[in-house]
Amino acid sequence: MGYPSPFHERMVALNETWKYKDWAGIVSPCRFIENHVYEYTAFRQATGLLDVSPLYKYEITGKDAGAFISYVTSRDVTKMKPGRVTYLCWCDDHGKVIDDGTVTRLDEQTFRMTAADPQYAWLLGYSSGFDLKIDDISRTMAALALQGPTSRDVLKSCSDLGELKFFGSVAAKLAGKKVRISRTGYTGDLGYEVWCDWNDGVAVWDACMQAGKAYGIVAAGLDALDMARIEAGFILLGVDYFSALHVTVPEKKSSPYEIGLDGTVELDRDPFVGQKALRAAREKGSERALVGLELDWPELEAMYSEHDMAPALSSMASRESLPIYLDGGQVGRVSSSSWSPTLKKYLAIGSVRRELSAVGTVLEVEHTVMFERRTVHARVVERPFFDPERKRKP
Amino acid sequence: MKTYDAIVIGGGHNGLTTAAYLAKAGKSVLLLERRHVLGGAAVSEEIFPGYTFSACSYVVSLLRPNVIRELELPRFGLQILPLETTFNPLLDGRYLLRGKDPETTYRSLAKFSKKDAETAPLFSQAMAELSRMVKPIIDGPAPDPASFKPKDLFSLLRLGRIFKDAGEDFVAAQVKMMTMSAVDFLSEWFEAEQLISPMSASGIIGTFLGVRSPGTAYVLLHHYMGEIDGSFRAWGLPKGGTGAISMAIAKSAQHFGAEIRTNAGVSKVLLEGDKAVGVVLENGDELRAKTVISGCDPRRTFLGFVGEKSLDGDFVKQIKRYKMRGSSGKVNLALDRLPSFKSLPGDGPHLKGDITFAPSIDFLEKAYDDAKYGAFSRRPFMNIVFPSVTDPSVAPAGKHVMSIFVQYAPYHLKEGPEAWPSQKEAFGDAVCNMVEELAPGFKSSILHRHILTPWDLEKEYGLTEGNIFHGELSIEQLAFFRPASGFARYRTPIRNLWLCGSGAHPGGGVMAGPGWLCAKTMLEEGAV
Repeated sequence: MGYPSPFHERMVALNETWKYKDWAGIVSPCRFIENHVYEYTAFRQATGLLDVSPLYKYEITGKDAGAFISYVTSRDVTKMKPGRVTYLCWCDDHGKVIDDGTVTRLDEQTFRMTAADPQYAWLLGYSSGFDLKIDDISRTMAALALQGPTSRDVLKSCSDLGELKFFGSVAAKLAGKKVRISRTGYTGDLGYEVWCDWNDGVAVWDACMQAGKAYGIVAAGLDALDMARIEAGFILLGVDYFSALHVTVPEKKSSPYEIGLDGTVELDRDPFVGQKALRAAREKGSERALVGLELDWPELEAMYSEHDMAPALSSMASRESLPIYLDGGQVGRVSSSSWSPTLKKYLAIGSVRRELSAVGTVLEVEHTVMFERRTVHARVVERPFFDPERKRKP
Repeated sequence: MKTYDAIVIGGGHNGLTTAAYLAKAGKSVLLLERRHVLGGAAVSEEIFPGYTFSACSYVVSLLRPNVIRELELPRFGLQILPLETTFNPLLDGRYLLRGKDPETTYRSLAKFSKKDAETAPLFSQAMAELSRMVKPIIDGPAPDPASFKPKDLFSLLRLGRIFKDAGEDFVAAQVKMMTMSAVDFLSEWFEAEQLISPMSASGIIGTFLGVRSPGTAYVLLHHYMGEIDGSFRAWGLPKGGTGAISMAIAKSAQHFGAEIRTNAGVSKVLLEGDKAVGVVLENGDELRAKTVISGCDPRRTFLGFVGEKSLDGDFVKQIKRYKMRGSSGKVNLALDRLPSFKSLPGDGPHLKGDITFAPSIDFLEKAYDDAKYGAFSRRPFMNIVFPSVTDPSVAPAGKHVMSIFVQYAPYHLKEGPEAWPSQKEAFGDAVCNMVEELAPGFKSSILHRHILTPWDLEKEYGLTEGNIFHGELSIEQLAFFRPASGFARYRTPIRNLWLCGSGAHPGGGVMAGPGWLCAKTMLEEGAV
C-alpha cells in the first residue's frame, strides 16, 4: 500500500484524474488534469509545482562528512563551499553506477544527499572509521519543486529568498517555516526545490500556490515531468540505466562513461570506491555511449500516411526500450523518448556503440506502424536538447 | 539602384512566408510593411503597457507543419501552447464542456442528449476522414479544371482518384457539405440544440452568412483539418500572441537573407507595359525588382496598387464582385481578475481553452438579423480566450488579457461604413454587457478596453471591408475560383506580379498556406 506524501491531501483535492503511481513507495500523481501537456506547459511558460518528496534523502554530519562522501561518490566534495550543490553518481568496486543524485553542503560539517533508490545500508557499509553520523531523512523531510520561468517570482513573493546562483542552496523562511531552497531541478529550466520538514509540507504548498496564482502556477505530475526531463537530456535510474546493486546480468550494469556521466567523475584524487576500475574503464574507453537522438519526423509522417493516418504517437513520454539499428544490425537501444512540444521534434535518449555516438551520425530506430515493425532514421544531436539561458542566468 | 529578385508587399504572415522561402532559395528579397510592426493581422501589440494582445487573429489553427519545419520556426521562437477545451456557457445557467478528455466530453454532452454524447466521437471521426480526403487540396496549388497542361491534368486526376476511391458515401457527404447549411448538416447527426448551436457557429466565423445559410457546412471541415496533421502541432495558442508566429517567420526570413523594412507603405506597383518592375512607396521612392508579390488582399492589390486602367475589364469585374464584406470585430480587454461564469463559477480548465458563446440557433440567427439590416448584433456571438492563463508573459503578474472575437459587426452599416467610429463604443458596450450577463461582476474587472470594428480593420490593418480572410471562404470563392477564375495559381494578369495572401488558395487563417504555395509555384516555374 502506498504511503502518503506530505502534500497528499492537497494533491488529492486537486487531482481530477485519479491517476497515481508508486514512486519510491509514495502515492504520486501522474497528472492532475486529463491533458498533462498543460502541466508540461507550466514548466516551460509559468511555474509547475511538483512534489519530489519521494526522493531518498540523507543528512551526513560530522568532522569527516566531506571526506566520507568524497570516498563513496564520484566527486571530491571537500572543496565545495557551503551553500553549493553538486550533481554526482556513485559506483560499486567494479566502477559500475549504483545511483545518481545531488549533494548539498550546508556548512563545514553538514551535507545532504539525494538518491533515487534507498542507499542507507550502502552508505553505512562504508562509514566505519569516519567520524560522522548518517541520518535517513527520506520520510521526515519534504521536497517541493517549483520549475519554470516564473518560479523565481513566485518564491520571492512568498519567502525571503534573495539572489541564488544556479546550483546554489540557502536557508530561508517560507510561510513562517524554516526551509532550505536550492536552485536545482529535473526539468532543465529555471527552477528551485524547497526542502522543509515533512509536517510543514501543507503550509509550504499553500503559500506557494497562493503566491503562484499571479504567476500562472499549476500543480504538475510525473507525466509532465517525464517530458521535461527528456528535453533536458536527464537520465533516469531504472529506465535509462540500472543500478549495479540490483541487476545480476553484467551487461545491464553501466560505467559512468557509458551513461553520459563522464563529467561527474573526478578520478585523480585520494582513493575512492571504484576508482581503480573507473581508471581502467577510462583508459580502455567504454564500448557504449549515451546519445540524444532526433527522429526524422517527415519520414514518420510518410510512414503513417501510407496508411492514411496522421502520426499516431502518444503525447506522453515513452519508456519503451526500442532497438537501434545500422545497416541491418543492432547497435544500441532507445530507453526514453518523447515528443517535444517546445522543439516540435520527436526526441529519444539511447545508448549506442561509442564509435556511432558522434553528433550528426544517422542511425535507425525501430518504430511500429499499423502492427508492422519498421525503422525510422534518427540523428545523433547534442544533449540537452533544450537548454534555455534562463536556467543558469543570475 | 539595386534590382531585387523579389519585392514582397505586406509583412503579414503570408508575405513573410513567401519572403522566407524565396530567400531560402537564394533569391534577393525585400519585404515592405506599411505599419511600424510586422505581422499584418497576425500581430502582437502591447496596446496598454504590460498587456500584449493578439490584436486581430488570436489562435493558431492550420499552420502548415511543413512550413514550421522548413523555416525552422521553433528555432526562431515559435511556441504553440495547448488550447484544448471548448466551454459553451448557456443563458439558462447550464453549460457544455468539450475537451481532450473523452469522458468529460461524454458526461457533459449526456446532460443534454445521451445519443449525441455517443455520436460525437463518430462524427469527429467522419469529419477527420473527410478532411483527410480534402487535405491534398489545401496542401497544393488549386487544380485548374480549364487547363490542359500535363501537370494540371495530373493533379486533377489525382483529385479525381481520391473521389473515386472514396466511394459514393464520401462524394455524397462532400456534396452535402458544400451545399447545406451548418445547422442542417449537423442536425443530420445530432439532436441537442445546445451542441448543434456552438458547433454550427464555427461555420460562420468571418463570413456574412447565418448558421442556417446554405454553404456554411463546408467551413466546418476546416476545423477538423487540424486533426489530420496530428495532435502535435496544428492547433493552439501562440506564446507571446499571434505576432510571435509572424516574428518567427520574419526572423527565419532574415536568417535566410531577406531584407525587411517597416514603416514602408507601398502606394503602387510600378508597371512597364503589362509587366511589374517594382513598387512606388508612399514617400515617392521607387524600388525595382524582377518580381513583385502582394500579400495584401486582391481588392487592394488590383484596384489599389495596380489600378483598373491597367487591367482587363472582365478581370476587374471579377475582382469587384469578389465578396469581402467583413462581418466581425474584436474586443481586447485588460482584466484585473478572471471572470467567474454563472454556469461554472471560479477557476478551472474551462478558462484555459476556447469559450464559444452561441447558446441557441435562434440566438445566432437573431444576431445575423441585426447584421442583415445594417447594424451590429445587439446580442452577439462571441469566441473568447484568455491567453494569459497559460502564457503569463502577456500580462503583469496576476492580471489577464481577454480576447473576444465578435460577430456580427457588418462593415456596411445602415448609415454607411464611415459611421463605425461613432458606433464603436456602443459596439464595445454591447459585447461587455453580453459577457456581464454570463459572468456577473465581469465589467468591474475591466482595466482597459480596445475595440476593433471592421472599419478599424480596414484603416489600420489594411483588410478591405474588414474581411479577416481577404475574402469570404464561401465555396464560389475557393480553390480555382480564388480570387478569380483563371488566376488561382498565384499568378495575376500582370506579368511578374504575384499574389501570396489569404485571398489566394487555400485561403484565410494563420496557416501560411498561400505564402508557402506562392513561393513554391514561383520557384518551380522558374519565375524568380
